[in-house]
Amino acid sequence: MDTTFPQLLQRHAAERPTAAAMREKEYGIWQTTSWQGMATLVEAIACGLSQAGLARGDHMVMVGSNRPRLYATMLAAQSLGAIPIPMYQDANAAEYVFPVNNAQVKFAFAEDQEQVDKLVDIRSQCPGMLGAIYFDDPRGLRHYAAPGVLALDHLIEAGTTYADQHPEFFAAQISQGSASDVAAMFFTSGTTGNPKGVVHTHESLLNRAQAGQSFDKLTEHEEVLAYLPPAWIGQNIFSYAQWLCCGYIVNCPESAATVSIDLKEIGPTYYFAPPRVFEGLLTGVMIRMEDASPLKRNLFHKFMSIAKRVGPALTDGKPADGNKSVGLLDRLTYALGNFLVYGPLRNNLGMSRVRVAYTAGEAIGPDLFTFYRSIGVNLKQLYGSTETAVFVCLQPDNAAKADTVGIPCDGVEIKIASDGEVMVRSKGLLKEYYKNPEATAEVLTADGWYHTSDAGFLDADGHLKIIDRVKDVGRIAGGTNDGAMFAPKYVENKLKFFPFIKEVVAYGDKREKVCVMLNIDFDAVGNWAERKNLPYAGYTDLAQKPEVYAMIQDCVNQVNVDLSKDEMLSGSQISRFLVLHKELDADDGELTRTNKVRRGYIAEKYQPLVDALYGGKYEQFIETAVKFEDGRTGSVSATLKIMDATTR
Amino acid sequence: MSSHKKIGDIILDVQNISLSFGGVKALTDISFNVREHEVRAIIGPNGAGKSSMLNCINGVYTPQQGSITFRGQTFKHMNSRQVAEMGVARTFQNLALFKGMSVLDNMMAGRNLHIKSHIFAQAFRNPFGIFGLGNAEREEVQHREYVEKIIDFLEIQAYRKTPVAQLPYGLQKRVDLGRALSMQPSVLLLDEPMAGMNLEEKQDMCRFVLDVNDEFGTTIVLIEHDMGVVMDISDRVVVLDYGKKIGDGTPDEVRANQDVINAYLGTSH
Repeated sequence: MDTTFPQLLQRHAAERPTAAAMREKEYGIWQTTSWQGMATLVEAIACGLSQAGLARGDHMVMVGSNRPRLYATMLAAQSLGAIPIPMYQDANAAEYVFPVNNAQVKFAFAEDQEQVDKLVDIRSQCPGMLGAIYFDDPRGLRHYAAPGVLALDHLIEAGTTYADQHPEFFAAQISQGSASDVAAMFFTSGTTGNPKGVVHTHESLLNRAQAGQSFDKLTEHEEVLAYLPPAWIGQNIFSYAQWLCCGYIVNCPESAATVSIDLKEIGPTYYFAPPRVFEGLLTGVMIRMEDASPLKRNLFHKFMSIAKRVGPALTDGKPADGNKSVGLLDRLTYALGNFLVYGPLRNNLGMSRVRVAYTAGEAIGPDLFTFYRSIGVNLKQLYGSTETAVFVCLQPDNAAKADTVGIPCDGVEIKIASDGEVMVRSKGLLKEYYKNPEATAEVLTADGWYHTSDAGFLDADGHLKIIDRVKDVGRIAGGTNDGAMFAPKYVENKLKFFPFIKEVVAYGDKREKVCVMLNIDFDAVGNWAERKNLPYAGYTDLAQKPEVYAMIQDCVNQVNVDLSKDEMLSGSQISRFLVLHKELDADDGELTRTNKVRRGYIAEKYQPLVDALYGGKYEQFIETAVKFEDGRTGSVSATLKIMDATTR
Repeated sequence: MSSHKKIGDIILDVQNISLSFGGVKALTDISFNVREHEVRAIIGPNGAGKSSMLNCINGVYTPQQGSITFRGQTFKHMNSRQVAEMGVARTFQNLALFKGMSVLDNMMAGRNLHIKSHIFAQAFRNPFGIFGLGNAEREEVQHREYVEKIIDFLEIQAYRKTPVAQLPYGLQKRVDLGRALSMQPSVLLLDEPMAGMNLEEKQDMCRFVLDVNDEFGTTIVLIEHDMGVVMDISDRVVVLDYGKKIGDGTPDEVRANQDVINAYLGTSH
């Protein structure tokens, strides 16, 4: 696609000026911005920014949640040939320092007072940077004395005046852009070291956006709810690149707390969420079903068991159990179930109109995956990363599986290196890591292959299956399983598929057995405890209850049974475990911003616990510092129990 | 922040108020004033007479002695309805919301004083909208718009339709504030807005109080227990102890006042 994002905007504004481009719920009403309205807004912001000194090749950071004006500012920056850098709005201020200095960022868009405060705070650590900070929501900012903190409203006003006087300016700026220009930069959280700026061109992002479009036959009639952080490439592809590519409608929720309400009101047709969101929705349903009247509860369980048996096959549109097709009686019962249970349930989840739903970012539990497909939601998996502009592999509508990530989509070549690493070649690959040629050389080969650092293989049907990160796949050393393969993430995921377990860190590489530390899911276990009349004071207290330990032990034992059946990974069975006293948190550096566990860092931080696990102790005292989002610190301490599991 | 504020003239002047219930003297000869646009705090230990003071201003109690001057008019005793009509709203220490009603309905109730269409126009509405919106509907739309702005301001969009009784205490407090704000008051009396809250809820509430003061220019009189909170957000503080005024001034002055220190920390007698 030889075009740029601003050029696509111009095209939509010319072809369908009055069609809806974005909606935002404000003051309780969905307010619509048309394509023409969007173009006018972008023009005003672009003119204002240009007057303020934003030039071709400059970088501008965007910190905020999904708002039409945030996306309009991105488009405005791109219209001028500047490069937007969306950043995570929930990150603490210190995490912005590196990107800002690295990319020499002088301009910023901030959603509200909270974001302005963070950006102003880091000015002292970023000399000469962030001279102009434009805020969208003026609340609380009226009397700010900090220099260069300006209202976006004023910028738009000034820009409108300039645009009236120079009607040719905006179009001329856009026409100067070309597909090979850098379009945006995304800083990857990185499990180690400084974050890296992934540089994408208009061409790479649009190429992938289009591949996804043709794979699922997306049209301009799709409705999408934008609720994940704009700094995440997945969100950016779904509510920005594909938005401009397909011309569909992106809806911005009222606030983070209203997403589930807004989902029901909008009824998206194209939906995207990481597994944890699907899991949260399912947990919510299950908890509420337990509180329902016996009649409803029984009806639900009865029909869910039928759905589990025949639902996925019907959603796939192919015979169940390989060759036996779904019988007439089953079809009729399913239809009745659809009327009584599945339909209302889909409606309650806001998924009545979902035509295509994707999950990605992490492995999804088979039960969870099957649940959605069994009630008729076309949930599929995809594989990709920031560096590949998301779309590498996608599952076709009739071939969704819980344990693979799909087949390579249009324009993607895949090969498996000798060490099991998945290698990808496509037009959607990153241009480079910003100012980091060594890192770029490490992942991009001269002939255009990208090292994903994921270990995997293609199964008999040509579906890609991912096991773990290449560098994390280790070997057990000593003991009865000496030399056995150890894939920590594989083990962790198996445990995380239990609704009661939220996070897991597994250790075992170069050790004689596998031990895990885990977090319980406070909501799910809390609810379970209430049902059992088990009083608790808070997370730490609940986590250490003997009843909770016994329940978790059951989960661990089940995973061991499962693992024992796996030829390659039977040596990865879990010998000992403990439940952590605090929830692993990105603010404490234990998770990345995309919620992946940082195994090495956690091992260092909880050294006494790891020692106790391997030292055969049954109890260990630990005190941990915790950091709040505003930078203050506190501490939690507890004596943790350690328990053995049954291995086979 | 407060340094940017334009604090105006005295709008509320309380002179020599004494209030007793039988033999119990709740307030003895209290005088203080409130200036326009300021955040004025009333503090004191339990039973010092803080809520009684607010109730006198609000017209719930009638003091035996003294007078209250509000915007140039002097009253021997205030009348609740009259006070509300003059633009004074309040929240309550123990909440006084309609528990079974939704957040939205509670806040719409706060618009009651501003609703002009009469009871029949509201009761007999144009049922199918055949003749367009009637007066009562049009009016309701305007009030709803105002309430929606408050909902947005207090960030309670997710609970618009939730019955108040189902909300956690901290949020109920916010709804209570929202209902008071729906009255579009020029003076807001807050009775222990942070009582029973955790640290995070307190921080949120502080921000809302300051933002109300800043965005709407509302004069705020608040009672509070938490000294830290009071010292941070108020412009002037009056301190009561056993129904008597023992201190009055800026937070720094009050902090240095020996009587206040004694009242809070106790003295050896």
